[in-house]
Amino acid sequence: MTDQTDTTRLFDRLNTLGPRAAAHRPWPRHVTDRTGWRTLIDDLDKDGGLALIGLWADADAGGVNVHAALRDETAGTGAVAVVTLPCPDGRFPSLSAVRPSAIRLERAIQDLFGVTAEGLTDPRPWLDHGRWGLRHPLADSPSPTDDSAAPPPYPVLPCEGEGLHQIPVGPVHAGIIEPGHFRFTANGETVVRLEERLGYVHKGVEALMRGQPVARAARIIARLSGDSTVAHSIAFAQAVEAALGLTIPPRAVWLRALMAELERLANHLGDIGAIANDAAFAFLLAHLSPLREAVARSADACFGHRLMMDCVVPGGVAPDIAATGPQRLLELVADLRRRFAPLVAVYDGKASLQDRTLTTGIIHRGLANRFAAGGFVGRASGRGGDARKSPGYAPYTDLEFEVPVLTEGDVNARVWIRIREVEQSLSLIEQIIRRMPGVPRGPDGITPPPLLRLPSVGEEREGMALVESFRGEILTWVRIAADGTVARCHPRDPSWLQWPLLEAAIEGNIVADFPLCNKSVNGSYSGHDL
Amino acid sequence: MFNHILRALTKGPVTEPAPSPSTDGLAELAGRVDAVSRARLGRSLSIRAVDAGSCNGCELELHALNNPIYDLERFGLRFVASPRHADVLLVTGPVTKNMAEALRRSWDATPDPKWVVACGACAIDGGVFAGSYACVGPVEAVIPVDLRIPGCPPRPAELLAGLLSLLEHSAAKE
Repeated sequence: MTDQTDTTRLFDRLNTLGPRAAAHRPWPRHVTDRTGWRTLIDDLDKDGGLALIGLWADADAGGVNVHAALRDETAGTGAVAVVTLPCPDGRFPSLSAVRPSAIRLERAIQDLFGVTAEGLTDPRPWLDHGRWGLRHPLADSPSPTDDSAAPPPYPVLPCEGEGLHQIPVGPVHAGIIEPGHFRFTANGETVVRLEERLGYVHKGVEALMRGQPVARAARIIARLSGDSTVAHSIAFAQAVEAALGLTIPPRAVWLRALMAELERLANHLGDIGAIANDAAFAFLLAHLSPLREAVARSADACFGHRLMMDCVVPGGVAPDIAATGPQRLLELVADLRRRFAPLVAVYDGKASLQDRTLTTGIIHRGLANRFAAGGFVGRASGRGGDARKSPGYAPYTDLEFEVPVLTEGDVNARVWIRIREVEQSLSLIEQIIRRMPGVPRGPDGITPPPLLRLPSVGEEREGMALVESFRGEILTWVRIAADGTVARCHPRDPSWLQWPLLEAAIEGNIVADFPLCNKSVNGSYSGHDL
Repeated sequence: MFNHILRALTKGPVTEPAPSPSTDGLAELAGRVDAVSRARLGRSLSIRAVDAGSCNGCELELHALNNPIYDLERFGLRFVASPRHADVLLVTGPVTKNMAEALRRSWDATPDPKWVVACGACAIDGGVFAGSYACVGPVEAVIPVDLRIPGCPPRPAELLAGLLSLLEHSAAKE
């Protein structure tokens, strides 16, 4: 199979960089030195097919290690690997010159660990707004600071020229939205530059998880980004299970996918309505938000929570679906099919609405590639990636569905990707319910819940998972200590790779189209800010 | 689209006729919110939502309050875009240190008389984020709180129930 050879190509390349670390699953992790890291930078420079899909650090008494997750996008499924650079002197060569997606990730690493990314093209602080009362919270020994004085002003990038004016927006926005700061520089109505400043909802998630039992850490992860609570919980659970070598009950695998598709459905229905509403077409929001409500109520009836928070846990799912759940979901699918199609026809038939969404907020394919953007952002710009297909995970490997791809890269394309994904999710929910393994019964008639106890392995283990949320691919990396607690966990929300593209999307558009562009990209503030 | 509008005209709104109290208490609430809010504020209560570090779960349910099924505005309750137009600040999240000043300024910008609702587990006691270096903790550590609506996140019906008790609470205060 060609997949096999292609996959080996990436692994062969990494083998030359350094030895493979033990106990990292399911993909290999190689430990390199500065020379190897620089070779990697050269490789990234020359080979556009090598995607940077994550960049994070961890610290112990020996110093800070920086990890880069890579995927060979020209190869088949599974060509994923991690490269680690120990930085005992507190410095590492920056990847930002060859992969701009590294800029904010490295700024965050600098803020959290106190290491220096040499040659980082934008070295300003990112998550640290100078208000925490300490610096480098994830370093082995954080240093306290006196934050009683006002923090120094954040230098926004200069943008000068005749007739330019600035519009500062946020962090508190005018709707029921998460906080973040946007600095527009405009010439009349036309946006010349948008600069985002995020980090306002930084809650110290990674530090909170450190040293916690897995079950406690799972509750924190479930609250990383409420709209993707199921997907983040699945990613964390899969990473933990990979690390511990645990195979969960098949029924739990299928129930997780069922919840993930319900979550995708709810968010896409809400987004399509909200995007139309941002073009002052409130009709679609008024008709789509009841559909979203129908999904939330069904989720509540099936799993006891409207967002299905804490329903996916490492080891399986809790609780099992309610006895009446499958029938109720089949009725939901039939109902949504009947009500969704006419609304799509309304979207498609309104020239005045299309006038706002067509050719607005274009993200070019080359840029989407450089950022390895996934989800509706990547797929609207010609990138066909979907973690459910590649690397792929159960039960999706047994299910039939298509990953829609468009090439226009505008707001309209991002709406249509969502429309197509709603249709695919409806089909997936039906398939899952029809094919899900039944409730196993013990000989004594007792029904065991689809949940296993986590084994105690008595040694340090590492695991990683790539899971498709409604927004795109989540990467979660975890190190489990010998005592079974979480030594380090890094959840990389897809927003990290998508927020920067919004700055490019709005360029040359009018200020009034920003809500449309923003909602169509729909980055998570909380998921990004950690 | 015209078919949709025609259907809406002939079949009436999708808004749930306030369900019987035995199901989720909405009906009972509907009447009481209406009566009390009219007495207190002449039928209207303007709410400014401030996310002070939420995971966005609470925001999803606040959005749901605005959908045609709950149709918050029929009770005279509505979300407004500026704290200067608000009677109520509804705050979500464990108040991150990076948001504390923005929250304080929003409160300063809200005209008196004003009430503050801490919405959700995080706003009440920090939730799972309590004790973090990056969080101040409960909303009441930053601004005075008049009402707490528990839940992670609270369901739309619970949010509505909470807004009712705010009205009763504020009436009792004076």
